[in-house]
Amino acid sequence: MSLLSRRRWTSRIVMFLSMIATAFGLLILAAILWTLLSRGITAISPELFYLDTPPPGVAGGLANALYGSAVMTLLALVIAAPLGVMAGTALAEFAGTSRIADAAGFLNDVLLSAPSIVIGLFVYTAMVVPMGHFSAWAGAASLVIIALPVIVRTTQDMLQLVPGTLREAAVALGTPRWRIVVSVIWRAASNGLVTGILLAYARVAGETAPLLFTALSNQYWNSNLDAPMASLPVVIFQFAMSPYDDWQRLAWAGALIITLTILVINIGARALGTSKH
Amino acid sequence: MKTSDSSDDIAADGPFVSPREVVADRPVRRRPAGPKYGDRLFILLSRGAASLVVVLLGGVLVALALGALPAFREFGPGFIWEDRWSPAKDVFGAAAPIYGTLVTSVIAMVIAVPLSFGIAIFLTELCPASLRRPIGIAIELLAGIPSIIYGLWGFFVLAPIMQSTIQPVLIGTLGNLPGIGVLFKGAPYGVGMLTAGVVLAIMALPFITAVTRDVFATVPAMLRESAYGVGMTTWEVVRYIVIPYCRTGLVGGIMLGLGRALGETMAVTFVIGNSHRIAASLMAPATTISASIANEFTEATTPLYTASLIALGLILSVITFLVLGLAKWMIQRSGVH
Repeated sequence: MSLLSRRRWTSRIVMFLSMIATAFGLLILAAILWTLLSRGITAISPELFYLDTPPPGVAGGLANALYGSAVMTLLALVIAAPLGVMAGTALAEFAGTSRIADAAGFLNDVLLSAPSIVIGLFVYTAMVVPMGHFSAWAGAASLVIIALPVIVRTTQDMLQLVPGTLREAAVALGTPRWRIVVSVIWRAASNGLVTGILLAYARVAGETAPLLFTALSNQYWNSNLDAPMASLPVVIFQFAMSPYDDWQRLAWAGALIITLTILVINIGARALGTSKH
Repeated sequence: MKTSDSSDDIAADGPFVSPREVVADRPVRRRPAGPKYGDRLFILLSRGAASLVVVLLGGVLVALALGALPAFREFGPGFIWEDRWSPAKDVFGAAAPIYGTLVTSVIAMVIAVPLSFGIAIFLTELCPASLRRPIGIAIELLAGIPSIIYGLWGFFVLAPIMQSTIQPVLIGTLGNLPGIGVLFKGAPYGVGMLTAGVVLAIMALPFITAVTRDVFATVPAMLRESAYGVGMTTWEVVRYIVIPYCRTGLVGGIMLGLGRALGETMAVTFVIGNSHRIAASLMAPATTISASIANEFTEATTPLYTASLIALGLILSVITFLVLGLAKWMIQRSGVH
C-alpha cells in the first residue's frame, strides 16, 4: 500500500510539475505580448506611417524603415520563393533514393537553423566588400539565404502529403513529368506552398542580425536599392539602445507592429497549411 | 487457377511499391528520343535549385575562412585560446567570446530542457484533447517572435527583475555554498551571462518542445498501453517506456536547441553586457561570439580587427553546423523525418 501510494504521489507530483512548466511557457508568451502592447500602443500614431526616422528630440515616425523592410523582404521572397519551391520539388519528387538528394535535404536543415549573424558576415564578405558599399541588394540577398531553407523544407513536406494515386493517375494519362508536377502536384499542394512562403516571410520580417552590415541603415527615405536602406528591426535595435525617450518610444511602436504582423502571419499560415488535412 | 495465381502476384506486388518510387523510377532516359526536353529542363532546373542550398552552405564556410585568414596568419591557432581583445593594440583573441557563448548556452539548456520535457509530457499525456492544439500552437508561437523582441523584453523587463529580485536571492543562498558558490558571487548587474542564458532558454524552449513531442509520438501505442496494463503510473510510463524508447530523438532535440542557442545574436546582444573579460561569476557581464560581431563589426577600424571578427564567425559556424548536423542526424534516426 505505501509503495503504491508513493508511486502514485510521485506520478502526481511530476504531472503537476509538467503543468507548471506549460503554464510558465504560456505565461512568458503572455508577458512578452503584454509588454509590447502596454509600451507600444501609446506610441502608435498616424505620423509613424508618413514621417521618417527623426534625430533625437524631433517628432518623427518609422516610414522609411517600414518601406525599407517591405522592399527588402518582398525582394527576398520574390527571389527565394521560386528557388525554394523548385528545390523542394526536386527533393520530394525527383530524389528517388539518391544520396545526393538526402545530403541536400540534410544540409538544408542545417542552413535552416544556421545563425543569422553568420549569414550576414557571409554576404558582407561575398557581396558588400566586392561592391564596395552597403546596399539594399545585399540586405535582400542575406534575407534570401534565410528564407530559402524555410521554403524548401515546407515545400518538401507538403508535396509528400500529396497522395500517390494522383501521380499515378496523371502518369497513366501519359502526362509529361513537368506537367504532372505543375498542374497536378503543385495544384494539389498549393495551400501548403503558400504556407511555406508565408512562414518564410514571418521568419525574415524580424531578422536584424543579417541586415546590420549588409543593408546597414539609413536615416532618410531611400528607394535606391544600390544604397544603404533602413529596416524596421535595425531601427528598433538602434533606437532601443539609445538614451533618448522619444527614440525608445518609436522602438516600442515598431516592436509592436513587427510582432503582431509576424504572429498574425504565423497563425494564418498554420490555418492555411492544415485546412485541407 | 494459373491466371488467378498470376493476378494474385500482381496484387501482392501492388501495395508494396510506394507511389513515390513509381514516379521516381520511371526510366526517362530509356525512352525513345522524343519531345522530352521539357521534362529534362524541368528536372535540371529543380535539381539546380536544390544544389544551390549545398553551394550556399559551402560558400559560407569558404568565404568566412578566406575572410578570417589574416587573423589566423597573424595570431596562429592561438587565436582560439588567447583571452586578450584589445582593438587599441590590435591584439585579438577568441577565448572570452567562446567562453561566453558556451556558458550562456549551457545555462539555457539547464533551464530549457526540463521545462520543454515538462511541456511535452503535459501535451502528450495529460492535456485534454481539445486544449492540445491551442496550447501547442501558443508554445510554437514563442519560436515565431523575432529575436530582437526577446532582446527588448530581456533588457527592459527581465534584466531589472533579475537585478532586483532573483540575483540577490541567488547571491544570498547559492553564493555561500562552497565550490559552486564562486558562480554566484559578486554584484547583481542585471545584465550578464545568467540573464542571457534565461532569455536563450525561453527561445530554445519551443524548438526542444516540438522535437520532444514529435519523438514521443513515435512510441507505439501498444507499448504504452501494455505498460499501463501492467499497472504503471503515468510518470512510470514516461520514465521507463517513452523516454528510453526515444532517447536518441530526445538528445537530437536538445542538440537542436543548443545549436539555436549558440548562434543566437540580437537577444543576447541586448542582455549580455558586452565585456571581453572572463569572469567566474555567472552574473558578470560578458560577451558571446555573435554579440561581439553584432556590436563591433561596423566599428572595426583596422583590417585585422575585421578579420578577427570574421574568424569569430567562422568558429561559430563550424561549431553550430556540427551541433545542428548531429541534431538532425539523431532526430532522423529516431523515426521523425
